Amino acid sequence: MTAPISSFTPGVLAHSDAARVGFAPRCARFSLRARGDLAPLEAALGLSLPTRIGQRVTAGERQLLCLGPDEWVLHAPERDGAAITAACAGVYADHPHSLVDISGREVSFVIDGPRGAELLTLGCARDLDSIAVGEGRRTLFDGATVILWRDGDTSFRLDCWNSFATHLFHLLDTGVRELAAESL
Amino acid sequence: MLLIHCPYCNETLPEVEFAYASEAHIARPAKPSDVSDEDWAEFLFMRSNVKGPLYERWRHIHGCGRFFNAVRDTVTDKFLTTYKAGDPRPDLSSLTEGLK
Ligand SMILES: [Zn+2]
Repeated sequence: MTAPISSFTPGVLAHSDAARVGFAPRCARFSLRARGDLAPLEAALGLSLPTRIGQRVTAGERQLLCLGPDEWVLHAPERDGAAITAACAGVYADHPHSLVDISGREVSFVIDGPRGAELLTLGCARDLDSIAVGEGRRTLFDGATVILWRDGDTSFRLDCWNSFATHLFHLLDTGVRELAAESL
Repeated sequence: MLLIHCPYCNETLPEVEFAYASEAHIARPAKPSDVSDEDWAEFLFMRSNVKGPLYERWRHIHGCGRFFNAVRDTVTDKFLTTYKAGDPRPDLSSLTEGLK
């Protein structure tokens, strides 16, 4: 059964001694695509655009992750969304780019706990050790494209499309209990 | 599972992040309306189907999103190299030298 996404409320959704899965509060999310001279966009947004895939920058409450050679994802508080849209619109005429509001498209799970990294290996084929703390990557988790933000050794945020959230949570929820049931 | 090197991410990653995208270095005719039906069919449908090293396109669809090119041996499934889209086709002898 697919439950509507509104059935998740921010807070802890599942936890055990091994790991914990939470649902992050709503935020403003943007997909940014740009090439060429990035300086005007950087000035408009008040942050630098990292060019190495996986690299992140934080400026105040704005967080930005480089996903591809000309692609970034930007998270900010909801109240900041209009300012970001306006700032980029201001440089659009001279520096064409694409800024798309994807706030309604994606949600984030917060994964932590002593075996948080291990929990992610249930659905992710990638070697998580290749994502350094403070970096992020787009990858595949249990068949769905996700963005992983590694905030700590065992703490992650996982962005996914709304429509996959219930499906992904089922696996995470099972994993949280399964890891706790294992005797080490 | 195959591990594939993405020349944009500069990382070697599981194949599930990638999608195969057919043979590489097949140029679309600049003016399709000038091309005969036979030549257009040739462009659309005919591929070399080699047994051995094949120049092919891949896309890092669940990663950086980029198309790139690879040389893969269709017999062994071994990737001889990967390189960015637009880069010249690498010389085959330089890739297979170490394998002999
Ligand atoms: Zn890539």
